[in-house]
Amino acid sequence: MFEELIIAGYGGQGIMFCGTLLAHLAMEEGLNVTFFPSYGAEMRGGTANCRVVISREEIGSPMVKNPSSLIIFNKPSLIKFSGQLKEKGLLIINSSLVEEEIVKEGIEVIRVPVTQIAQKLGNDKVANMVALGVYIRQKGIVSLESAIKGLESILLLKDKEEKKNLIEINREALKSGFNY
Amino acid sequence: MKKRILIRGNDAIGEGAIQSGCMAYFGYPITPQNELTAYMAKIMPKIGGVFIQAESEIAAINMVFGASLTGVRTMTSSSSPGISLKQEGISYMAACQLPGVIVNVQRGGPGLGNIAGSQGDYFQATRGGGHGDYRTIVLAPYSVQEMFDLTCLSFELADKYRSPVMVLSDGVVGQMLEPIHKDDKNVERKIKDKDWILDGCKGREPRMVRSLLLGEEELEKYNWELNNKYKRIKEQEIRAELYNVEDAEIVIIAYGIAARMGKQAVKEARRQGLKIGMIRPITLWPFPEQIVGNIAQKVNSILVIEMSLGQMIEDVKLAVEGKTKVHFYGRPGGSVLEVEEILDKLREISN
Repeated sequence: MFEELIIAGYGGQGIMFCGTLLAHLAMEEGLNVTFFPSYGAEMRGGTANCRVVISREEIGSPMVKNPSSLIIFNKPSLIKFSGQLKEKGLLIINSSLVEEEIVKEGIEVIRVPVTQIAQKLGNDKVANMVALGVYIRQKGIVSLESAIKGLESILLLKDKEEKKNLIEINREALKSGFNY
Repeated sequence: MKKRILIRGNDAIGEGAIQSGCMAYFGYPITPQNELTAYMAKIMPKIGGVFIQAESEIAAINMVFGASLTGVRTMTSSSSPGISLKQEGISYMAACQLPGVIVNVQRGGPGLGNIAGSQGDYFQATRGGGHGDYRTIVLAPYSVQEMFDLTCLSFELADKYRSPVMVLSDGVVGQMLEPIHKDDKNVERKIKDKDWILDGCKGREPRMVRSLLLGEEELEKYNWELNNKYKRIKEQEIRAELYNVEDAEIVIIAYGIAARMGKQAVKEARRQGLKIGMIRPITLWPFPEQIVGNIAQKVNSILVIEMSLGQMIEDVKLAVEGKTKVHFYGRPGGSVLEVEEILDKLREISN
């Protein structure tokens, strides 16, 4: 298996956490993985993206030019990255914030209102976990059970007590995405 | 069993330092190495070590100088513009034969440049960016695992040769996360018995550590002594990875992050039937000149790839001594090499 993914959206939408958690899950499956964040003079509300490469073989470049999958959380990211997607690639779009219909041939498009689903669960910040749930179902890199276990172990590592209280809602968000 | 953990490159350097018994870290913030400074700020107080955010890079390297004199394992880190500021201190450390680790997570230059990963500081690192006839051991990690491993090695080499050692990384490997294997061992944090440290001379002869040598031919004699040490390092410490070189017609030479793109290009080229191999210098000084020289006799040509305008290529040419043609492909200013571009260059050369 060789998967190159770009996750993109606004700063504050949990892009980095989404990518980091996926990298952690891939590692737990015994795979090789790299995570590279787009960092710069960026801030909440600015653009944020990260690149995750997952492979059974040793990974060369951690930079992804033509991704095999894209998770897009807002419109500017769709404009910036959708042209780079490989043929037969997977495009997951946050349809709560992106109205555009994609007319590109030969790719698989899944539109999921991840922000609305997250709001219904009580916090739009878990939209990232809804999208990740959709992604892991499509790609089958890990099972839902392993993903939840990985999520819990990462949140338990955090020093702050309030992060631990977020386990429940994040778990529900992952499940909602997986079962969407 | 060794644990596998997901960790950022910069953090892996910090973890390597702590596992190596580093007890004193001095730094000043600069992107893209800030996570390392933050890591040390968090961990050092917990292990009874010293963390100081100095008022400048110059102050930080001189604090390393002072800490090293007391015998503790010590480190500073910065990125390109900050490393320029440290050069005077590094020269003084080389002169006084003080062990210490200096980490450079390179960014684009010259000047303030940008904050993207780059390999523009090869000359500065390997030529001794400070003044005088000295050498600094330079280690170049190309993965997060090596950020950890080579940091550990740098502390060993610094003590073994009483020399400053530089870890020359870049913003890409610094910022990326990868799984690494590491042992949690019991770390020795005692000051090792060193016969040159300044720890108070009660009950023994006073010692002096200095770099000002004004006597007749005194400095020449001292420089020859240093040279003997550099010779020993050259004989014993050269490290390089050879990848698919046995039957190669063209060999790529690359270090650090560029070697990752290089390795991927080798794999892809082999799939397309081109016989390509790669030499990856891990020690940039001492440079693996014999390894490069020997392989140069067997191949049609060599392609040096760097994220710069071409700096290591000078060491390659010195090692090749005209035995084969040396080509170059690089991108400066923090732009990342694309595997496809390397393949284009390989096709151009092989035709």
